[in-house]
This record gives sequence, C-alpha cells and structure tokens, in this order.
Amino acid sequence: MAEQNAAQVILARNVNKIFNPGSDEQVIALQDINLTVKQGEFISLIGPSGCGKSTLLRLIADLITPTNGELKINDKTPHQARLDRDYGMVFQAATLYDWRTVIKNVQLPLEIMGYPAHVRKTRAQEMLDLVELGKFAKHYPWQLSGGMQQRVAIARALAFEPSLLLMDEPFGALDEFTRERMNMELLRIWTRTGITVIFVTHSIPEAVFLSSRVVVMTPRPGRITQVVDVDLPYPRVFETRELPRYFELITTVREHLREAHGG
Amino acid sequence: MAEISASLPAFTPKSRAQRLREALRYYLPTVLVAFSVLVIWELAVRVLNIQQFLLPRPSAIFEAWFEEFQTFISGGGSILFQASGATLYSAIGGFLLGCGAGVFVALATARWTIISEAMMPFAIAANSVPIIAFAPVTNNWFGLTNPASKMAIVAVIVFFPTMINTVRGLTMVEPRQLELMQSYAARPWKILRALRIPNALPYILSALRVASALSVIGAVVAEFFGGPRATLGVYITQEAAGFNFARAWTGIIMASAIGISFYVVVLLVERWAMPWHVSFRKKS
Repeated sequence: MAEQNAAQVILARNVNKIFNPGSDEQVIALQDINLTVKQGEFISLIGPSGCGKSTLLRLIADLITPTNGELKINDKTPHQARLDRDYGMVFQAATLYDWRTVIKNVQLPLEIMGYPAHVRKTRAQEMLDLVELGKFAKHYPWQLSGGMQQRVAIARALAFEPSLLLMDEPFGALDEFTRERMNMELLRIWTRTGITVIFVTHSIPEAVFLSSRVVVMTPRPGRITQVVDVDLPYPRVFETRELPRYFELITTVREHLREAHGG
Repeated sequence: MAEISASLPAFTPKSRAQRLREALRYYLPTVLVAFSVLVIWELAVRVLNIQQFLLPRPSAIFEAWFEEFQTFISGGGSILFQASGATLYSAIGGFLLGCGAGVFVALATARWTIISEAMMPFAIAANSVPIIAFAPVTNNWFGLTNPASKMAIVAVIVFFPTMINTVRGLTMVEPRQLELMQSYAARPWKILRALRIPNALPYILSALRVASALSVIGAVVAEFFGGPRATLGVYITQEAAGFNFARAWTGIIMASAIGISFYVVVLLVERWAMPWHVSFRKKS
C-alpha cells in the first residue's frame, strides 16, 4: 500500500468545491471528484466552460481549497505541497514580468526560493535551451512572439525541477500551427524530464494527442464523467495525427462529452 | 529556427545622414511652431501697438535677459540668475523631501493593506486641497526669508500625488502575477521586492514627472507671498510693480526654463530606470 502511494502524485477522493455556500449565488463547481494520477502520467482535463476543470487544477495548486473531501499531492496536503514547491504552474497567458529579460524571468522562482546565483544562471540557461530559446536569453518578453513567451513560461515552471507540472489552457491563445508545434515541444520535454503533467484544455484533438489519459468533465455541477485511456504509441509524432486510432479516440471523447450533455 | 528569427525585427545600423534626417523630421515641426509663435507675437505687438505692460515684445524680453546674462557671466552678480538658483533650490529640496516621504509612506503602508486603504480617501481629499493657500502659514512657521518655508509648501504639494500613485502601483498588480508568486510560496516581502515595487515603478515615475512641474510652480507661487529679494516669485512681482515688464517676463521665462529642465531630467531618469517600459519601446 505504501509503495503504491509513493507513486501516486495526485489522489482525490470525493472532493467537492462549492463557491459561496449557503448564499443565493451558491455554485457547485465540483462534485464528487475521484481521481488518481501516477507519476509520469500526462493527464488532460477536458470539458466545456464551467465544468470545473480549471477549478480542479487550482485546488491541486492550493490556490483555492476544497469544501470537503480528501485531496493529496505527493501524499501531502496541497498546502504542504505548495510550500514544498512540488509543482510548477503555467497559465493561459505567459504572465512574464515585463521588466525582466527572458533569462531573468526563468530565474524568478529560483530567486524566490533562494538558490545561489551561479546555480540560477546555469539552470535558467539549461531550461531555455530545453525550450530552444537559448539564444533569446537577453531579450525582453515583448520582443518575443506569443508562442515563444509561452515557452519561456514553461521553462520558468520547470526551472526548480518540480515533480508536477500544472498547465491551465497554456496554448489556448495560440494559433493552430503554433499550438501543434508547442504540443510536440511539450511532449519532448515531458519525455525528457519524466515529469507528471496535468493539462487543462478544451481542444479534443490536443487532449488525445498529448495525453496518456483524458479526463472528461461536464458542467453544472462539475463532474468527471469518463476517463479515456489513450493507447496511441510513443513517441507521438506528426504522423500520429493520421492514425485511424487517433480519430477513433477523438470520436470516443467527443461522444462522452455529448452523452453527458444529454444530446 | 528560421521562422523565429524572422519574427524579430531585423537590426540594421543607420548611417549618420539617415539619423540626422530622421531627427530633423522629428524636431523640425516643433521648432517651426515655436519660431512662428515668436514672430507672430513680435509682429502683433509692433503692428497693433500693444502697451508693454500688457505684453512686451519678445525681442525686448530677450534684450533684458541678455543684459542679466552678461552681468552673470562677467561675475557681476545678476539678481535674475541668483533668484533662479534660489527658486531651483527650494523646488528641488521640496521635491526630494515630499516625493521621498510619499514613496516611503506608501511602501510602509502597502505592507498593511488595511492602513493604506484607510488612508487613501484622506490622501485623495488632501490632494484636491489647494495646498499653496498654506504658504502664508509656512512663511510664519519657518520665517519669510528661510528657504525651508518654500520647501515645506513644495514638499506637501508633491507628497500626495506621489503617495497615491505609489500605493496604486503597489496594489494594482495583475491577479495572475500574484497567483504565480503564491505558487512559489513566496513570502510577502519577496512579493514586494520582486513584483510590487517593479510594478509600481511606472506609477512612481509618472508621479515624479507631475511632481517636477508642480514643485517649480509651488516654489514660485509660495514666493509670491513673500521671501528674499533674490527669488523668482519676489523678482517677478517687484519688477512688475516697478513697471519693468520686460524684466518681469525674464523671471517668467527663467521659471519656465527651470520647470521644463526639471521635467526633462525626470523623464531621462525614467528612461534609464525602466528601459523595458512600453512607452520607450522602439517602433519597428
């Protein structure tokens, strides 16, 4: 049992999140969430707006707290996991600091966490090389394109080597071509680092292409209706998107989403 | 990564002639407007035969100024230049005191949001009070001829806008940026240093720009209520009272020159302190 727990990065049991409980504006954002995520998995949370996928991510990140239920990150409370810097977060907007150069932005978490200067420098450069922006270290964020900015945000989230990467619709604001390139890049990083990824998206093809499992969620109240195992071969390459199985899985996910809507 | 390099503006060094042409195109309209205003002013006064106590000719003002300038560089003790120095001293002293205190109080209270929120309405109210009306009072407190009486007024005038803007800059942080800090489990003072203060910098510096102009206005107007002979406020009132209108205008010109230079200095500091800011990005 203990061994099994050690490999469990996320454990959610009967988790509920109610906003404004007891008032007229009461919203059941999440109801009865049960989910186990093992180390090294790539999990996508997918569903229409209001299904609570971002809320679930923010619960894991301890940016908000569950109303009731049990939630464990690396066998700890989410709060302790946050204090231990167990996860890195990437938002939909790159959220870079305008006044810092690219490399200084990547160094930010390392500064906050008190790493010595030489470690900060080498680590940040390594991370920029990982996202293939090594040459842009001295640029300012506004000199980069949207996709490049988001790669800086990923480098920043990985800089302190967290065991978990939380991504809240990170490529939602990018055009289709950039998004596909970023997907390849993310998979490459995931394979190289072995990090566990929780990825919020509303794109079915993106979820299927990236994930080892797709968690399908539905709104009012936010629930998990289905977890789809993605048995596409690794490494996922450009041609993966042309496999019949890829389209089958997309159809499966789409049907689960539609069923839940009562359509 | 060819497509990435292509998305960045190509850097091509400009020739000297090219840069000169660009500068000319940029500044020429301004220079032309200024020159035309002076010519129209000169002609209007001559043709319409305007009385010199209403509006002296620019050429007469320049003559009066040049006379003072010659005494000044020959070491003859020009009262106009002495007065300019004294007013500048009061303005800068008050500026440093008031802005320093404004930023300091904002930083001290930003740590305790409740205090700064409780103070803000009073600060905003105080900001709309014509503080210059207190000049006779500070003249009594510090003595009419003591520069401290002018500095005090200037300091109080610039304190409120600086404080209000700094508090705004420290508190108006994008929620996502704060969440990012939270995700790092950053302590409040690290959030202050790494996020709130840099975020406040544009607010502080735009407050300083306003304060730079206000401080010269404050010093001159405070001097209108009395002060040593060699200050611009007193110089302007006395020359005007003595029907030396061209000389009074030289005082006005000097006060304007001080105000503009002060503003430009703060602008340069702003550029130096935040080259990353959106207003200084080169257009491509």
